[in-house]
Amino acid sequence: MSKHRGRGMASINYPIGMNLGGDPSQALVHSNPTGKFTVALSSIDLGQGMKSVTRQICAETLGVPVEDVFVDTADSDTGPHCMGSFASRGTHRVGNAVVAAAKEARGVMMEAAAEELEVNASDLETDGRGNIHVKGAPHRSITTKEVAMAAQFKQGKTIAGRGIFLVPLSPVDPETGEMSPATCYAHACLVAEVEVDDETGEVTVIRMDSAYELGRALNPRLVEQQLVGGAWMGISHALYETPEPYYPNPKHGPRDFVEYVMPGPGDICPHDLAVLERPAPDGPFGAKGPGEMCANPVLPAVANAIYNAVGVRVDELPITPEKVLRGLRAQGGAKPKARR
Amino acid sequence: MLELRKEYFADERDDNLNEIGKGTQRQDMLGHVTGASTYFNDHKLQGMLHLKVLRSAHSHARIRRIDLSEAERSPGVRRIIRGQDVPRNLNTLLSLINFGVDDEPTLAVDKVRYKGEPIVAVVADSHREAFEAIAKIRVDYEPLPTVFDVEDALKAGAPVVNETYPRNTFTYHERYDHQKLRFGDVERGFAEADHVIEHRYQMSPIEHAPTETNGSIAAPDTNGRYVVYTSTQALFFSLDTCAKILDVPSNTLHFIGGTVGGGFGGKVDTLTEPLAILGAMLTGKPVRYIFGREEEMQYGPPRGAERIYLKDGVRRDGRIVARKVRAYFDSGAYTRLSSYAVVKCAAHLPGPYTIPNVYGDIYCVFTNRTPATAMRGFGVTAMDFAIECQMDRLAELVGLDPMEFRILNAYRDGDMKAHRREAKNTALVECVQVAAEKAKWPIREEFRRMSSRQGVAAPAPRREQAPAPRPTYERAPGYEPAGRNEPPPPPAPAPAPAHGATRFSSVFGTRRR
Repeated sequence: MSKHRGRGMASINYPIGMNLGGDPSQALVHSNPTGKFTVALSSIDLGQGMKSVTRQICAETLGVPVEDVFVDTADSDTGPHCMGSFASRGTHRVGNAVVAAAKEARGVMMEAAAEELEVNASDLETDGRGNIHVKGAPHRSITTKEVAMAAQFKQGKTIAGRGIFLVPLSPVDPETGEMSPATCYAHACLVAEVEVDDETGEVTVIRMDSAYELGRALNPRLVEQQLVGGAWMGISHALYETPEPYYPNPKHGPRDFVEYVMPGPGDICPHDLAVLERPAPDGPFGAKGPGEMCANPVLPAVANAIYNAVGVRVDELPITPEKVLRGLRAQGGAKPKARR
Repeated sequence: MLELRKEYFADERDDNLNEIGKGTQRQDMLGHVTGASTYFNDHKLQGMLHLKVLRSAHSHARIRRIDLSEAERSPGVRRIIRGQDVPRNLNTLLSLINFGVDDEPTLAVDKVRYKGEPIVAVVADSHREAFEAIAKIRVDYEPLPTVFDVEDALKAGAPVVNETYPRNTFTYHERYDHQKLRFGDVERGFAEADHVIEHRYQMSPIEHAPTETNGSIAAPDTNGRYVVYTSTQALFFSLDTCAKILDVPSNTLHFIGGTVGGGFGGKVDTLTEPLAILGAMLTGKPVRYIFGREEEMQYGPPRGAERIYLKDGVRRDGRIVARKVRAYFDSGAYTRLSSYAVVKCAAHLPGPYTIPNVYGDIYCVFTNRTPATAMRGFGVTAMDFAIECQMDRLAELVGLDPMEFRILNAYRDGDMKAHRREAKNTALVECVQVAAEKAKWPIREEFRRMSSRQGVAAPAPRREQAPAPRPTYERAPGYEPAGRNEPPPPPAPAPAPAHGATRFSSVFGTRRR
């Protein structure tokens, strides 16, 4: 009886946004009288970082520091319509709506600044640190706070903007399935190394290496959070969890976290990530979105690694020790394939 | 742990930005790590009542009689709600986007179609009193035959799960029991293949397992409005669903979400809000309805199981020439969102590869289990499992390294996809190259030099200083869309493969990569 190591890989792509489109989101951006901005959304932050990524998008578009922007989410009275936080649509759809709203607000802000500085708005630029100045003449400058004060109390202007982003709904041909499902796709390839115990059937994931292409990574720390967490979910899908362990027989379903088997902290393996950025032509600053895809390559990569380790193919998830042992018995023991 | 490979696609990006691309700390981080973030269940309102539901003990049964007499007299009970009390008891979630027919009651009336289906709701002063009253409800069931296997459900004479769909399948385009995908001539592709394999893959159901279970609190507000604190992932989706079920104008409802304690797709179905609001309407008090852990795991919707049959034809040179897919999505007793995932799955075929002949039949099937719903990777996760396990088998069959086999068949810019749109902005080749490099998985030089783009060579791999000569490229001929109801012309017979170099016969004529 011994332990066998093997490696497997998988490569995937993933569509961004609701299939076929038709899933709009809106955003409102407005300044208070001292030049601090609020983004009002009805979108939901599920922990994925919706508030933070839209905050960065708004600050970049306005040309102000990120500290001058806060994002308010999830109120149907104050936040305009959003389809919801699903289908990898948050960054792409809501982000684009925020870009549009922030552009409109920036336009008013620059006009108000131009009036104060007695120049044309087209001659002005932002420095990203809270100042607006004449191009090529940084000394002819005004702060965004001074501009907001002037707009509110002197000029009677609203430094505010509205934005919506909509990919129009695509029809589906009933006979051929011809359709426009998505405007951009993210990509990934993942390598999993496993160790299979041929006495117990237990599979341990030793390490993972992966490359993800996600369009522009707006916040690499949030990307990392998604990819690491998603890969853990992938391991869990591949090897552990299901509410129907004898599917399609519905009996013996787990009722709590004692009975529902998931990997614990000790089952997490090192995961070395590379991120490639091919900007989506219609993404906010080229972003696509890492949210959903990151569990997907792990399942087949682990299954293929188990085959590489002991020669057993398990085509029914989850790949429990029982299924591995049955496979080993059927073929008369471990039959490792060429080491990769 | 994470490295940004800026050398790839650098010419397509403007990296000179102020805030974009920075790892700025999350706006809500301090609240999360100090436990100060507010969840829906942190709203403790004066005089708040608690709602619980009686769930079906059977997977499929007619309801002969419901006796509430003892439950009504139970201490602390404020109101008992039945299906008749729900203004528009029947709904289907995607009716908001005009997809599908109303097929699911908020509270079952004459029949239950899965074990755990809500039948009666009890509003009481406390959780405990609600549970005690539920234990006193007597339901007289007439058990009916059940079906749990997706393929059994399609057989003649199978029990009808949901009378809205008497064939146990969702109806597509008002005439088909599945979504079709047709591209090229798959049988001709198999005839041209050197190897044909077919395998069956089974994805298990998965529980979203959020730390915070589904729930909401509804309270009467001024002007006849109701404020609703909710765990929903989709604020207006849930609001509009409630407005429909309760038959009130949408501005009757003020939904407030906030931090969600884990969603992953399991908080779209608007499971608690309609009854919590109705409870508040009927009692005039704030009403809280939150799932217990067992309810969340067994009766909250899971990721649905999928069964996939995948048949592939591959040539000796490693090119996949045909892929045929038959897949069954187990929707459980009601549609929820599975009907949508089926179309998304059809669009995803044949995975990120360029295959000239693709055929797909994808079914949304009803069985007597908890309705399934969206989960991370909806419509795609199971298919990727099947496709990528099959890819491993195919690579072994033709004696190619699995990485090289992926690169060989990967879609590139300008390729025609099976749903008849040109591939753009692709990057699969580069992902495989970088993953191989990171894992120290050797692949041959010509595969390291390939690119997703026309006329562009991959950046030199790290630790490799010697520049390789740039290969030359020809662009694939443009694609002319075929008539709407006829398949595209079959691909020209492939020329003899000149394999081993960087030249492949492609789908639409010959091109070099």
